[in-house]
Amino acid sequence: MLSTFWQVWIVVIVLGSIIGCGVLIQYTSRGQRKEETDQTTGHDYDGIQELDNPLPRWWVMMFWATIVFGVAYLGVYGLGNFNGLLTVEVDGEQVTWTSGNQWKAEVQAFEKTIEPLYAEYSATPVTELVNNEEALLSGQRLFKSNCSVCHGSNAKGAQGFPNLTDSDWLYGGSPEQIKHTLAMGRQGAMPAWGGVLGEEGTANMTQYVRSLSGLKHDADAAAAAAPQYQMLCMACHGAEGKGNQLVGAPNLTDDVWLYGGSTKQIEFTLKHGRNGKMPAHQEILGNNADAKIHLLTTYVYSLSNK
Amino acid sequence: MSTAFDHPEYNYKVVRQFAIMTVVWGIVGMTAGVFIAAQLAFPALNFDLPWLSFGRLRPLHTNAVIFAFGGSALFATSYYIVQRTCRTRLFSDTLASFTFWGWQLVIVAAAITLPLGMTSTKEYAELEWPIDILVALVWVAYVVNFLGTVAIRKESHIYVANWFFAAFMIMIAILYIGNNLSIPVSLTKSYSIWPGTIDAMIQWWWGHNAVGFFLTAGFLGIMYYFVPKQAGRPVYSYRLSIVHFWALISIYVWAGGHHLHYSALPDWAQTAGMVMSLILLAPSWGGMINGMMTLSGAWHKLRNDPILRFLVVSLSFYGMSTFEGPMMSIKTVNALSHNTDWTIGHVHSGALGWVAMVSIGAMYHLIPLLFGRKAGDMHSIKLINVHFWLATIGTVLYIAALWVNGIMQGLMWRAVNADGTLTYSFVESVEASIPGYIVRTIGGAVFLLGMLIMAYNVYMTVRAAKKEAGNAVAAQA
Repeated sequence: MLSTFWQVWIVVIVLGSIIGCGVLIQYTSRGQRKEETDQTTGHDYDGIQELDNPLPRWWVMMFWATIVFGVAYLGVYGLGNFNGLLTVEVDGEQVTWTSGNQWKAEVQAFEKTIEPLYAEYSATPVTELVNNEEALLSGQRLFKSNCSVCHGSNAKGAQGFPNLTDSDWLYGGSPEQIKHTLAMGRQGAMPAWGGVLGEEGTANMTQYVRSLSGLKHDADAAAAAAPQYQMLCMACHGAEGKGNQLVGAPNLTDDVWLYGGSTKQIEFTLKHGRNGKMPAHQEILGNNADAKIHLLTTYVYSLSNK
Repeated sequence: MSTAFDHPEYNYKVVRQFAIMTVVWGIVGMTAGVFIAAQLAFPALNFDLPWLSFGRLRPLHTNAVIFAFGGSALFATSYYIVQRTCRTRLFSDTLASFTFWGWQLVIVAAAITLPLGMTSTKEYAELEWPIDILVALVWVAYVVNFLGTVAIRKESHIYVANWFFAAFMIMIAILYIGNNLSIPVSLTKSYSIWPGTIDAMIQWWWGHNAVGFFLTAGFLGIMYYFVPKQAGRPVYSYRLSIVHFWALISIYVWAGGHHLHYSALPDWAQTAGMVMSLILLAPSWGGMINGMMTLSGAWHKLRNDPILRFLVVSLSFYGMSTFEGPMMSIKTVNALSHNTDWTIGHVHSGALGWVAMVSIGAMYHLIPLLFGRKAGDMHSIKLINVHFWLATIGTVLYIAALWVNGIMQGLMWRAVNADGTLTYSFVESVEASIPGYIVRTIGGAVFLLGMLIMAYNVYMTVRAAKKEAGNAVAAQA
């Protein structure tokens, strides 16, 4: 919304100029010659004279045509508080044209045309749909538009954003689990243990965590941290460090690292904790969200199961 | 034809200064343009240096060609025309000198601050507040000097070129100051006093009138003097000049809304901007018709007068881009063209084809005269002709490349698959644009080459003219 001042300002300038032009054409055409002439107006500026020719007829007609079109256009699309006569169909109802409503109407009309195709896809289980190249292509395009910002266009992820192609799952890789992740989102929280472990404790625990994946580590330091692991970490990551998909606790034994596996990175993770957020896409995907999630699930599933 | 020495009562010094700087700044501004055009095709050309990056050099290019090159051409021609058509010396030599040196200082300040990244971020109004204040002072001095000269004229009527100059400078004064109102937080940073959407609206109220008044009304003033002068024919229709002048300056004022199609500006205000743009077609073409028809009975002169060719072709490009503009402002067309290279192509068909060509034609007429020769008596007429063809070919290459790019980008961005997903990612449209970027760079370089030839021709002309003047003095003694 513009303030009343700006609203009046624009409307007055627009209508005033248009009406002014009409009056100007009429006024200036009065008493003009019918034919082209060699007669000048009698002025002479530094040797330049001006002929007293009439306004070209075709030009005047064109001028009027744009004025008529312009006024009609304002009638159709509106000006100031006047809404205009054009309507578009949104949610099955005829509503006043606005660029927002036009967009909604176009999207809804388009979504209708693809509903049959989506219905067909949705009726096919993921494990079967994964063999349909067309469906996978659709899923891939949806992925590129909606997911690639974090997970990368090749779905290989980045630090803090899981790789979706490595068969290693934080919350499970079954179609149902993937679908749940997509629709409802996930919130992964690793608490900060720096205060509890202290400097030395953190360093020792880092060695212990590295030992679980068989990485190079200091065996004495790791052994020193083992009892504390069973006390503080086991609840989520399990006694053997195999993780727990129910809470999204990563498996620590497979050398796959969401936040990096270097001593420095693990130490940081232990000290400050981590917060991972996968946004819920049920709302974000808009119309036909269920079908889109089904296609996305199929695509993501295919990355590890083909 | 008269020469500078026939009118010792006029101030030709300031006209000479601005005329020479028109050529100099034209070359500087267009060199910057060719360089950043090349960067789009070959991004490595920014050499990872912040002050050579596209984002900083682009405003340098636009400011240099519009305000340094175009501005110098406008100062030179308006100071010349107002004296000749009012038959009186400039109102104030001091103010004239102040406008010249002040304007050069503004340009140098812009050339330093913009690459350093100091910017108010408003298009065509990027300069920070201390420079804005200098611009405002120079501009007000210009308006006072010009209108003062009109006020003390010895001619009973005011020639149409002077109407256009007066309208252009008054409107630019109002909008430049209005749009740049801001609150400084330091010497090099300020924030606009206008809020959000209003800020955008005022920005384009200014922005489109930098086009409408600076680059159109002002240059129509140039056209109205130099076309009849060079053709030796009376202006086609006085009546037409009245209607198209008043219609043009009133309708242009609120056409800027079309820059904000499909934005947060209320839809009806966008619609108003579009309607004004559409109605602008006839008033714009009025100037083209009046210029073109002035040549009736003198068409044969085009065969051997390349200066007249510059002027006539500039009018053709003017007619073409003022048809293209209203068309692009229509919502449905704009939905395709918005944010694509088509817009840049459109601007350049006006900037290269109209503004630069009419200025170049005027300078070829004016410069020999200012240095004591006959109007248009340049060192080499052949080189003017070479320049003419380089300028024409350069412009056509440039705009054709960006038409193709623009329409292609618009179509790629909106293409959707049967399943409703986008067919192309953005980067694919960038990749597809590279051939067009290369052709456009070549077009710009060809145009620039013509300017370098002009600089040589001007240098030789001035040198010869000075020699002749020396000989004349010696002969008298």
